[in-house]
Amino acid sequence: MAASSAPAGRPRLASLILQRKTLLIGLIVLTIIALLAILAPLIAPYSPSRLSVVNRLKPPSERWFFGTDEFGRDVFSRTIYAGQLSLLVGAAATVLAAVLGITLGLMAGFFRKLDGVIARIIDAMMAFPDILLAISLVAALGPSLATVIVALGIVYAPRLARIVRASTLIIRELPYVEAARALGVPTWKIMTRHVLRNLVSPILVQATFIFAYAMLAEASLSFLGVGVSPEIPTWGTMIAGGRQYIGQADWMMLFPGAAIVLTVLSLQLVGDGLRDLLDPRLRKDL
Amino acid sequence: MTRYVMQRILGMLAVMFTVVTIVFIIVRVAPGDPAAVMLGPDATAADIAGLRSRLGLDQSLPTQYVLFLGQLLRGDLGQSIFLNMPVLSALAERAEPTFFLTLFSILIASAIALPVGILSAYKRGSLFDQVATTFAMFAASIPSFWLGLILIQVFAVRYGWMPASGYGGPDASFLERLRHLVLPALALGIVSSALITRFTRASMLDVLNDDYVRTARSKGMGEWGVVMKHAFKNALIPVLTVVGLTAALLISGAVVTETVFSLPGIGNLVVSAVLRRDYPVIQGALLVIAALYVLINFLIDMLYLAIDPRVRY
Repeated sequence: MAASSAPAGRPRLASLILQRKTLLIGLIVLTIIALLAILAPLIAPYSPSRLSVVNRLKPPSERWFFGTDEFGRDVFSRTIYAGQLSLLVGAAATVLAAVLGITLGLMAGFFRKLDGVIARIIDAMMAFPDILLAISLVAALGPSLATVIVALGIVYAPRLARIVRASTLIIRELPYVEAARALGVPTWKIMTRHVLRNLVSPILVQATFIFAYAMLAEASLSFLGVGVSPEIPTWGTMIAGGRQYIGQADWMMLFPGAAIVLTVLSLQLVGDGLRDLLDPRLRKDL
Repeated sequence: MTRYVMQRILGMLAVMFTVVTIVFIIVRVAPGDPAAVMLGPDATAADIAGLRSRLGLDQSLPTQYVLFLGQLLRGDLGQSIFLNMPVLSALAERAEPTFFLTLFSILIASAIALPVGILSAYKRGSLFDQVATTFAMFAASIPSFWLGLILIQVFAVRYGWMPASGYGGPDASFLERLRHLVLPALALGIVSSALITRFTRASMLDVLNDDYVRTARSKGMGEWGVVMKHAFKNALIPVLTVVGLTAALLISGAVVTETVFSLPGIGNLVVSAVLRRDYPVIQGALLVIAALYVLINFLIDMLYLAIDPRVRY
């Protein structure tokens, strides 16, 4: 019934996605990476922390797909386990950035008295290079998984806040919002039902890119040793560990790095594809 | 126009004031006593009290804030705990490698991105365009520190063509110091070229279909002249913005890249300050870098006024 009630000729979401090659490739690669990370306990041939000193620094082979590290741990198993944490940090930071950014953006766009202050804070926050602000926040809050997520959430919130604020300023003047106001609809309801609902597309697109940036930033923080503890396997800490073995065991840093590139690339493909799918006006051939 | 410039200067000062406030808050939100964290577990109560007094942490927060503003207005960024020298001097000492690294990276990024972006837009839909677009997306996905490690592996470890790390020691000549910047600048430049390529291509596509480009062609002007004299000149404004912003963003990339290549720059200083909890250095570096970013943004706006006669305020 639902399908028949849709307007005639209106393409369904699945076929729209299938038509967009980049979006489809991005989604497939991202799904594979996510599945590998989630199913790591089933797929990994060894425990990520299993030491085997006799097998240290073994090159990639049939037994160790990605070789072994300085403690004889299997790099393939560690890479897919590390994906769990890297993806978790990226996703959690994106959700936090979205909550903070949407709230700030809506308030700035809706309440003129708050706009000046919030817009100034957004501008000031965006004046800090992201990694620098993130490491300063982690330094202030103390390094841990939670503080990395909080720091990255705070760092990327202004990007969303700016988009939400700009769109809210336009939407709040539209006749249907005025009509809702005249009918006595409470402000919070106008903000969520009438304004936010119209912003889902740009927010979704931007959130995909923030996910990618947050993953790159987390890897940088871990690499610098100011993020999660070096003992916890993330792609960043694995590359940092492999740094001392360049020329001797390049695979230690090559595979986790390739995992970051693939994940970020697929997120960018999804972001571009979604922008194209949800709002072709935003595309501008970038 | 003077009014616009004044407005922009006032806006810039307001943003800087907010930046200063945010930096003040970041350093003060540290859980526990920053003085105790900085001095480590072996510090005595007297040492901690002494440092608290030196940093003004024994005052109330509003008093600390007023003192902090006064200090900044005098151009004083405080004293580094571990280097035992003024933060401003520590930053100035480390500025050279960061400055040249940023400069070379932006030159490399532009040298790759501008021709690729222009040609990609000109040959829209061609194989070159597809390869260039894919390259741009791929480059934007590479962590600069990972690319740096790969460059070290290939050009320093395997072939020995370039130094793997450092800045050439205190007696090194200027050229020798620059040689140490080749690999880090390549790593940062390649990654940054992605954004500039995408913007150049998009900006060129916008103008290539404009009427004046068609008119230039119909007058019989050569393709080179049409693309470079008419299209690219007009596409330059958004491209300049993104080149300017990339320069500012490169400072962020420099933080990580300097660590990979053990370059004694500001980025390296910040990372060691974070690891040692040297809060005055973190605070000073944040302020100086944010101020640079705000200033670059302002200069780009002013550049608009200078190069585009259509932009009038």
